[in-house]
Amino acid sequence: MFRGNVSGLTTDMNVVVLMKRVPDTESRIVVRDGAVVMDGLAWVISPYDEYAVEEAIRLVEKNTGKSTVLTLGPEESKETIRKALALGIDDAVHLNDPVFLNGDASTTATILAAALKKIPFDLILAGKQAVDDDNAQVALRVAELLDLPHVNSVIQFELSSDKKSARCVREVDGERDVCVTSLPAIITAQQGLNEPRFASVKGIMGAKKKPIVDWKAADLGLDGGSIGKEAMKLEVVRIDPPPPRPPGKIIPGDAKTAAQQLVRLLREEAKAI
Amino acid sequence: MNNILCIAEIRNGALRQVSFELINVARKIAGALDGKIEAAVVGANVAKLADDFAKGGVSTLYLIDDPGLAQFAPEAYSAALAQIIREAKPSVVLWGATGHGKELSGRVAAKLDLGLATDCIDVRVENGELLLMRPIYAGKAIATVKAKTLPVMVSIRPNIFPPVVDDNAGAEIKQLQLAPVPVRAKVTEAAQKEEKGVDLAEAKVVISGGRGVKSADGFGPLRELAKTLNGALGASRAAVDSGWIDYTHQVGQTGKTVAPQLYIAAGISGAIQHLAGMSSSKVIVAINKDAEAPIFKIADYGIVGDLFEVVPALNEEFKKLLANN
Repeated sequence: MFRGNVSGLTTDMNVVVLMKRVPDTESRIVVRDGAVVMDGLAWVISPYDEYAVEEAIRLVEKNTGKSTVLTLGPEESKETIRKALALGIDDAVHLNDPVFLNGDASTTATILAAALKKIPFDLILAGKQAVDDDNAQVALRVAELLDLPHVNSVIQFELSSDKKSARCVREVDGERDVCVTSLPAIITAQQGLNEPRFASVKGIMGAKKKPIVDWKAADLGLDGGSIGKEAMKLEVVRIDPPPPRPPGKIIPGDAKTAAQQLVRLLREEAKAI
Repeated sequence: MNNILCIAEIRNGALRQVSFELINVARKIAGALDGKIEAAVVGANVAKLADDFAKGGVSTLYLIDDPGLAQFAPEAYSAALAQIIREAKPSVVLWGATGHGKELSGRVAAKLDLGLATDCIDVRVENGELLLMRPIYAGKAIATVKAKTLPVMVSIRPNIFPPVVDDNAGAEIKQLQLAPVPVRAKVTEAAQKEEKGVDLAEAKVVISGGRGVKSADGFGPLRELAKTLNGALGASRAAVDSGWIDYTHQVGQTGKTVAPQLYIAAGISGAIQHLAGMSSSKVIVAINKDAEAPIFKIADYGIVGDLFEVVPALNEEFKKLLANN
């Protein structure tokens, strides 16, 4: 069973961030003919992944070592990868092969796990979910495939002095608890973990010089069978706009009158109270 | 035989409501799948909860009750649930799509090499195929997804399906012994609930404040109304970022997703990211000074006015209504 690539005898902290390029949710999402129209979308680092990127940069700043961003996506993902490099991530690996695209969570996790076997890490960080698919499962699947412990939805991360474990505050369903894990591990980031920085001009200029390595299926020793359409467990049949809500009523009158009317309607018409 | 296994969600020693919503979903598809409804309970000192869950048409309940599970450890809980799933051999495994359920189902899906459709708002069997409907792009679109193979796992968004309330007990309880599993991550200090009051995710009524609330004190009237209606207090990102309220109250794309019976949005403009967190609410009421605020487009009822006048007026009227019952 794979036990993780502990990068060794030094006190380096090598951190890999699983980062996804997603449409900015400010974008208007248009659904036509059973699919989302991809033209005209603005693309960003998935918001929860931003916390992961920031945490990785901070950890490497404090501890020496290297941070690497790992992104599976089309060629256009390089723009988003450059954003991460501009923020301060050291290295970038782009899983850039058409056969990787349009998979499901299980094939995506298989690909990421295969890539991670080739990158030395002490810690893997990811956002707790990507805001396009909202699946919240890829990072957890990767943890299982690599036989790593995980802590989910973390708002505070503290490395032990010997760097062999970490104390996390985990926030799930409105409650916070303290979770301790050995390293290497996968940590998923929740809002509140940190305040992501903005890229400096120096960072942006420097990012242009940092190389981005492209890996394809052959580089990972993966054949189509384990990652292609046949390997997918779920198939998207169609995409529809959300069901429209019937138009609402504006209740006129001053505050007291409107409030009286509203309470009556909520009780009698909507039966909400 | 295509059995449906419902994974009970337990928190603070009690079964969460979503567990009983799963039974409802199972009933919906059991006929078409020609399967029985089964259930799973995992934890420490949970025998009584197993009895409480072994109802509503559940024919077999699988139980793992082990002191080693007293503190949450994802590896131990995943292993226990995988053990039950291997024993029960269901065709469909239903989970609650709470933070907790999503965490465990993701890990178990990989452990058992199964597909997992997260946060589904509907489940149907059509032409012998299992179809799952789930929101994507922060709820701006709904994907219909087909399970290509069975077994498959599905997590269900809370508060969409009514819970089954059925005291007909009768399930056979099969207890399994937890096979030992190495644990490298575990909870060492259990949750301290930040604030008393109704949990946002399970509340039937949510009163939310946005930029229009103007200050931390501005939440006062909303708190009063929430108290009158035994509801929870929510907030938009604008209010949280301004420091007026703790982010655990945030409803939206990077906050909580809620689906209460009644959602009252006061001083909230209705940005897409906020709608993502509450558009599944059954009834939406908007109160805003700005008649053009986008929130009025999805509200069922709207009042254009000053929330500092309207919210207290509502509080008075609700108190009168509830006193008369």
